[in-house]
This record gives sequence, C-alpha cells and structure tokens, in this order.
Amino acid sequence: MIHRSFILETLIDLIVRTALVFSMFLLFSGHNAPGGGFVAGLVYAISLILKYVAGGRDEMSEIMPVGAETLLAMGLSLSLLTGLAGWLWGGAFLTSSYVETELPVLGMVKLSSTLPFDIGVFAIVVGMIAALISSFGESETPR
Amino acid sequence: MGRRVFLIGAVAPAAILVWLIVAISRPDAVVVERISWLPALGLDLEFRLDGLGTLMSVLIGGIGVLVFVYAWRYFGDREGLGRFSAFLVVFAASMFGIVVADNLLLLFIFWEATSVMSYLLIGFDDESAAARTGALQALLVTASGGLAMLGGIVLLAQSGGTFTLSDLLAEPPTTNLAMVGLALVLLGAFTKSAQFPFHFWLPGAMSAPTPVSAYLHSATMVKAGIYLVVRLAPVYAGLAMWWRPTLVTVGLLTMLVGGWRALAQYDLKLLLAQGTVSQLGFIMVLVGLGIPEATFAGVAMILAHAVFKAALFMVAGIVDHQAHSRDMRRLDGLAKVMPATFALAVIAVASMAGIPGLLGFVSKEAALESLVHDRLWLVSGGVVLGSVLTVAYGLRFLRGGFSTRPEGTVESPPAHEVTSPRFSFIVAPLALVVFTIVSGLAPGAADGLVGAAAGAVDSEASVYHLAAWHGLGLPLGLSLTAIVLGVVLWRRPLPRLRALTRRAPEATHVYTLTLTGVNRLADRVTSFLQGGSLPVYLGVIMAVTVAAPGVLLIRHWLPIGGLVPAESPVQAVTAALVVLAALATIQARRRLTAVLFLGAVGYGVAVLFVIQGAPDLALTQLLIETLVLTLFVLVLRVLPERFEVIQSRIRRFARIAISVGMGLFAGGFALMAATGRKAGPLAGEYLRRAEPEGGGSNVVNVILTDFRALDTLGEITVLAVVAMGVMALLVERRRPKAVEEPAHIEESEEA
Repeated sequence: MIHRSFILETLIDLIVRTALVFSMFLLFSGHNAPGGGFVAGLVYAISLILKYVAGGRDEMSEIMPVGAETLLAMGLSLSLLTGLAGWLWGGAFLTSSYVETELPVLGMVKLSSTLPFDIGVFAIVVGMIAALISSFGESETPR
Repeated sequence: MGRRVFLIGAVAPAAILVWLIVAISRPDAVVVERISWLPALGLDLEFRLDGLGTLMSVLIGGIGVLVFVYAWRYFGDREGLGRFSAFLVVFAASMFGIVVADNLLLLFIFWEATSVMSYLLIGFDDESAAARTGALQALLVTASGGLAMLGGIVLLAQSGGTFTLSDLLAEPPTTNLAMVGLALVLLGAFTKSAQFPFHFWLPGAMSAPTPVSAYLHSATMVKAGIYLVVRLAPVYAGLAMWWRPTLVTVGLLTMLVGGWRALAQYDLKLLLAQGTVSQLGFIMVLVGLGIPEATFAGVAMILAHAVFKAALFMVAGIVDHQAHSRDMRRLDGLAKVMPATFALAVIAVASMAGIPGLLGFVSKEAALESLVHDRLWLVSGGVVLGSVLTVAYGLRFLRGGFSTRPEGTVESPPAHEVTSPRFSFIVAPLALVVFTIVSGLAPGAADGLVGAAAGAVDSEASVYHLAAWHGLGLPLGLSLTAIVLGVVLWRRPLPRLRALTRRAPEATHVYTLTLTGVNRLADRVTSFLQGGSLPVYLGVIMAVTVAAPGVLLIRHWLPIGGLVPAESPVQAVTAALVVLAALATIQARRRLTAVLFLGAVGYGVAVLFVIQGAPDLALTQLLIETLVLTLFVLVLRVLPERFEVIQSRIRRFARIAISVGMGLFAGGFALMAATGRKAGPLAGEYLRRAEPEGGGSNVVNVILTDFRALDTLGEITVLAVVAMGVMALLVERRRPKAVEEPAHIEESEEA
C-alpha cells in the first residue's frame, strides 16, 4: 500500500499547470524561438511523471485523456500527412510552406506547415514516455 | 453501422471505375502521371496506365463493387466489419497501385501491401487456428517471394540504369546480372500467383471469408504475378534462353497438379481453390510464351477466369451461408431449394469448362488456336489434359454442391431447413454470369479491353480478335475432346492413379519442415548470441566500437589545435564538477547512487551548454536528463540495490580495459570532430537559408522540421515503434492478476 501526500499533490498540481502552459508555449513558438515539438513534448512528459509520482496512474490520466497507443498513432499520422500535404502545393514529399495572416486578438501570425509536423513530433514524445511509464510503472494506485 | 459499412466501402472500387470512364476515352489510351516524392533519392511516384492496366483496373473496380455488395449480405451483424471493410478498400487501392505503377520500387511497395492485406483478411477470424495458420502461410510464401523480387528489381535496375518499368522494357538489359535479377523477379511472380511448387498457400488461404476468396484469391491478387509476366514476357521470352522452358514447365505442372487435386476435394471452396491454382498455371503458360497470339489469349483468360471464378466462389459462399456447410458430404438437394443459385453455378461452370456461347469458351478457343497455330503440340497436349481435369472438377462441384442424394448417404445433414437466398445476395454473381453470357455471344466489349491490353505489351498482339464462333477446326475438336474426356474422367475418376499420387510428397510438408527448421536454428542462434547478460551485450558493443572506428580514428588522426583550458571561470568550475561527478559515478556501490551522479554529469553538461549560448540544446539536455533519471528509478525497483562485486580478476580487467578504451575513443572522437576540420562547417549555410526558405528564425527547429524532416520522420517512427514494442513486451505486467486466462485461448495457441 502506497500513501498519497496532500502537500505533494497540491504542489505538483501547481507546478504541472505552469509546466503545461510552458509546454504549449514552447510548441507554438518553437519555429522562431527556443523550443519546438520535441522539447515541448519533453516538458509535457515530465508533467506526466510528476503527476504519476504524486498520485499514480489515475492522477496521470487526468492530463493524458487518450491512451499512449492512440497518441502515438495520431502523432505519426499527423506528421506523415503533413509530409504528404507537400504535394498539394506542388513540392516534393515533406516540402514545407507558410502563410502570414492577420488574425483577431493574435495580430500578425505566421502559419507554417511545419507546425502540424512538429505537433506530431510532440505527440510521439508524450506518447512514448506515457508508454514507458505505464509499462515500467507500478500498476497499483496509491491511496 | 454493422454490415451496411460495405455499401460505403463499395464507393472506393466504384470510384476506380468512374475515374476510368472519365479519364479514358478508349481502352488503349495511355495516361502518365508523375509526382515528385523523394527527388534526392531518385524515387518518384511514376504512374502509367495503359491497355493492360485498364483491363486489370476494370477487374479491380468492377469485381470490387460486386464483392462489397456481396459481403453486405454475406456477413451477419458481427464485430469488426468496419475493420474488414477498410482492409478490403486498402487492398483495392494497393492492387490498383500495382497495375498503374511505372516505377519498380513503387510497384514493389504496392505488391507487399496486397500481401499484408491478404494476411489480415485471411486471418480475419483470429480466434480460428486454421485462419491464423493459413494467413501466416500465405504471408510467408508471398512475402519471401516478394523479397526475392526486391533483390531482382535492384539487379535489373542496376543493369538497366533506371527503375522506370517502361524505360527498362524499352531498352531491356541482358547482362548476366540482369538475368539473375529477372529470375528473382519471376520467383516473386510465381509465389504471388500460386505457381508450383508454391501453390499450397492458396488452398490454405480458404479459411478467409468468401468475399476475400472471390476478390483476392481468384480475381485480382493472384493475377499480380501473371500481370508482371505479361509485361515482361514479350520482351524477355526472346532474349533469355531459359525463359520459355521455365514458364511453360512451371505453368503446365501447376495446371495439372491443381486440377488433379481439385478432383479429390470435398470442401467446395477447396475445390475451387485447387481449380484456381490450375487455371493460374494455364494462364501462366499462355502469357509466358511471349508470342503475340498466346499473349492475347492469356489476357483474355485473365478476364474470363476472373469473371467465372469470382462467381463460383460467391455461389460457394451462398451455399455455405444458407446450408451452414460447404462439405459435399453434408449437402443434399440444394438444386431444388435454391434453383436460381444452381442455375448461376451451372453457367459459371460451363464457362469454366469451355461450353460454346460463354466467355470461357471464347477465350479458351483463342488459347488453343494460338497453340495450334504455332505448332506447340506438347504444350497443347498439356493444356488439353488440364482442360479435361477442369471439366471433371467442374462437374464434381455441381454434383457435390447441389445434387439430391440417396436416402442415408448424407453425413450429418444440417439440422434446420435450408432456404433460398434473397435476391440481393445473388445479385453479384448474377451480374458476373450475365457478363459471361453477353461477352460469350457478342464479345465486342470484352474484345476491345483484351485487344488493348495485349496490344499495350506487344504491338503485334493487337491484330487478334475474340470471336463467339471460330468455325470448325482443330481447336474446336480439342475443346470437344476435352469436354468428352472430362465427363468420362468425372464418371470414372481413376482410383488407382489417385492412390499412387497420394503418396507423393506434398509441398505443404516441405513448408512445415522449413518453418520448424528455421525456428530451431533461430532458437540456437539466439541462445548463443543473446544470453541475457546486459554487461556482455554492452561489452561486445563497446569492444567493437573501440576496435573498428577506434582504429580508424587513430590511423586518420588530425592534429588538434586551438585548445584553450577554459573560456571563463564559471566554465572551468562547471567542468571540474562534471569530472568529479563522473568519478563519483564509477566509485558508487549502489545503483541508485550511480544513477544520481550520472544525472549530475548530465545537468553539468546542460549548464555548459547554457554558458556557450545554446539554450535549445541546454533545455533538451536538462529535460532528457530528468526523464532518464525518473525512468532509471522505475527500472531500478526490479534490480538489486547494489552492484555485483566481480571476483574474477580476468573479468574485472576486461571490463576496465573496455571502459577505458571506450572513454578514450569517445573523448578523442569529440576532440577531433570539433577541431580537426577539413571541410567548412554547414552552420553558415543553414543559418543563411533558415529564414527565407524554412520561414523560421530558430535554425535548430527549421532543420528538424524542414531541411532534415525526413530524418525526423524516420526518428519519430523509430520512437513510436519502440514504444509499441515496450508496451507489447511488458503487457504481462499490466494485466490484472486476479482474472484467470480462459483455457481455450491456451489451447488454440498450441494448435
């Protein structure tokens, strides 16, 4: 029997909330500032681990709404499809393209086809770590 | 959704048909499409649709639609029909890909995709041991043939200087290397088209649901090998001495073995499967000759066979569905119960047997005429003998499936009353039978397709035409002889010869022996190479690294210059801490301590990155270090707390030697890579191109997602596969222990 700690859980909850926002920031700003799908995925994965340490599998699944298998499959498909989309704008496989548009609230935004590719990388990293935790980790949930 | 999903699935093959009608004005039109895929590797999506492709596409689309409609009535409402339907759609797409691909590598990819889909479709009833065995057998045979074919393709392309099929056939390479390649490609074609001695997988594949048998294993996929031979034969039959003898021998043997086996079957589908093997052999003989008239006849047989054999499989499925059995010994009086189905079966069998007025007759006449015309008497004799068998097993099918038996001779008849199928169930075979009759009486449309197909591979073949009636002559005489002798053989099925051939070795045994042999060898090799000791694995890996690249490093050593002790005090202190942590790691007695010190080394390196002004690298290093540390802790729970103390001096010395060697190599390599440059760095180039071409100012990210995106795609694929593998290997741990395994699963695993 493993016991849960209220203080640890509350603390980790605070950290994880911040980390998730940071992870999203890294993911979306990655093309022009330090970050990117891989790093964002790592930050997210560490949040998973913190959640797991605090409350086991159940806690972890709070920020992991789909299974690791699903996430891996979705990530790989997304990256692959982005690559295939290169054909749509007449380039070769994996040719990227970008448009700059004016969006409400956000202002000038550069939308690049590398973003969905990067989101795929992000999903793979998160899915991989989730798979490792659920494979190596304890199946018992602390009380 | 249930089984109505098949009506949605039917849209896919229907789309092929619609596209053909829209895109092509005439059956001999040529459509070429080229899409850049990986230009850096010279691999492009090259598609080319000609007359032969059109004929095959009509089969894939037309029979595809009918098979989907048929499947809608064939299946009861059960689990997994969506998956099944999706597999069928992917199959149709891959098959279409095979017949329009003009790049050999692309063709190979589609070719393997059909093998995989065939595997998944045969094994659809994954709780049945027979289905799993049959699926695996089909996959192993066709995929190993496919592997040989890949080797052959590479050899052919190396000799011919191109992977483009049409270019290769325009200037065929004839070097010895090309001949070896050609033989390997043929091996792939033989396995795919179930030619002797690889024919055994096709009967094994009959555990598939009947729509699959009708579509993949009679009409389309098994024709892929023949399709390839049709393309190659007109060019290579004259260039390679061995081509004709090989193709004709293999084809005739297949035709006779299949026909003879079919005569001994009690299962309606197995009979049809053996019959299909036989017919595939027949077609292989015709198209393998590489003579214009025979090519024309062979292509006509592809069409005729697809139509009547798909119909027969559908009929067998209807019988199975209504009577809950397809064992001849258990079926009784079905001709009276389901007269319409019976009528369809009779006409399809008649077409197969070559009765005048049907498409089967028209194409078989064309075949015999071409053989007689070229005075290939031995081949003609073999084909007539095969036709005798065809007539006999056709009659056996009709009588076994539909006749009324004397009282008391029916084994365990079905308990319930057998009813006639609904009209929507028989509409698919009906459409095929109508096509057989119409093209048999007025072969104009069929002739257009076949003529264009044969003309596409051999321009001299386009002068021939299908005719409903060829007039009196030797071919007609041979046809009639075959029919009469077939009836005689059916009445008196030569029991002595049967008893004799029963003792002949079967290809299935060879397959089983090979499989157990390979498994045993793999067991031995694995237990020798992989004893399960992590130190040994790591030792071997490191020793090889030190021995091979290490020696190269020393031999090509470049002078190291421009070294400074440290650029700043902070850097010096951090580096010293890293070194200290590393020393502490190797001194640690507990695993956990060692892991923590190792973590300290990693964090220290991350700090060094920050000092150098590489935030991206530092961030990644930090996160990875944290993750690895946590995962280490998870794994450490199942390992002993302390490191094992090595008693043996020799082992200890060996470990120290390997470790020191590896350390020197890694350090030396890093030093030389950083300072001993010959070429200029790539960084400037990337920095210059990142903003205008990649649209991003973070060069690291632009490289990952754009410049080297293919590498990234490969890496994340590896990651995903590894994750799946870990989950699959450790699934045992995740399974709740309280639930007992059902016993029957254990049993079926054994079988």
